[in-house]
Amino acid sequence: MAQTVPVGQKWWSGGKSPFNVEYGKLMMWYFLMSDAFTFGAFLISYGTIRFSSNSWPDPNFVFRSFPIIGEMHVPLAFVSLMTFILIMSSVTMVLAVGAGHNNDKKAVMKWMFFTILGGLAFLGCQAWEWTHLHHEGAWWGRNPFPNINGSESSTNFTNFFFTITGFHGFHVFSGVIINIIMLIMTWKGVFERRGHYLMIEKAGLYWHFVDLVWVFVFTCFYLL
Amino acid sequence: MHNMENVHTSASEGHHEPSFNVKLIWRTFWILLIITVVELVMAIAYYETHFISKHLLNGLFVIGTLAKAFFIIAEFMHLRHEIRNLIMTIAIPAMLFIWFLAAFLWDGNSYKHLRNKYDPYHVQQDSIKAPVKEVEHEQGKKPGVE
Repeated sequence: MAQTVPVGQKWWSGGKSPFNVEYGKLMMWYFLMSDAFTFGAFLISYGTIRFSSNSWPDPNFVFRSFPIIGEMHVPLAFVSLMTFILIMSSVTMVLAVGAGHNNDKKAVMKWMFFTILGGLAFLGCQAWEWTHLHHEGAWWGRNPFPNINGSESSTNFTNFFFTITGFHGFHVFSGVIINIIMLIMTWKGVFERRGHYLMIEKAGLYWHFVDLVWVFVFTCFYLL
Repeated sequence: MHNMENVHTSASEGHHEPSFNVKLIWRTFWILLIITVVELVMAIAYYETHFISKHLLNGLFVIGTLAKAFFIIAEFMHLRHEIRNLIMTIAIPAMLFIWFLAAFLWDGNSYKHLRNKYDPYHVQQDSIKAPVKEVEHEQGKKPGVE
């Protein structure tokens, strides 16, 4: 990337920044690693329970509703919309980071605004989905959906679903809060005075991580 | 050479990442979108027709997911454009996931087989059909609020 590394340069001989990123960004990466293992532990325990079960509810049956259209047999359509919203808000986040590189305050604010909007839209969708499932009788400790082979299911499915999507939704929520703080700081000219928009990059890393986790949640709960 | 201050000022001058490329971002966006749409089409097609075995389909889903994860980390999180030291400090610990997944899924599978072998009651439970419930539109009664 930027710094062309001379051949044979000793990164660890002292006096250099061996990761070539600023402290906060490196620590954000390490925090995200630890968070990845937290999510990993959740999803892998879900996988372990699912592997130990003879049968499991069919996601195409459980997640078949769409607001307004309702019961139109459009399996997974709503969750695809949620996925699209999150990917889209990841793009606007990168564009905000890019605008930060050009020290373009107006553009940073515009893209941060769209990122926040995307995050709120995702949270709204998730709130609808939870409400809908709750109306169908699903919650922690209750599972109205039969297994795919027609046998009675345990509550494992709903317990894992609400815990993991809830934990992810909480990350989206805190991401939105961080992005709002970043937008206000940009607006106040904090980064302009500082001369760089590295804080936007750190918030961006967190936001992309939330998107990354959703990719795995999407596969584990809705596709497999 | 590259001491901390140099890295800092170069960032503020805006040539910290001259490789920043809006085209590349949109290309990544289209890749992610297309993979997601293909996954969805396969999921719905399977639901309607059962055109391939579920195990094969799951394999395709896992490949699609890992591809999406790669593009998000490499391009959106910009890791591909960082120096090798940083890439390795993230990639090497992440390899623990290989053990993590293999060990636990194997354990779950083994438990299923043991239980099916030694617990006839458990096997029997799986063949009893659940009573047909009206799942949709259970108005008036709010579960969870007791």
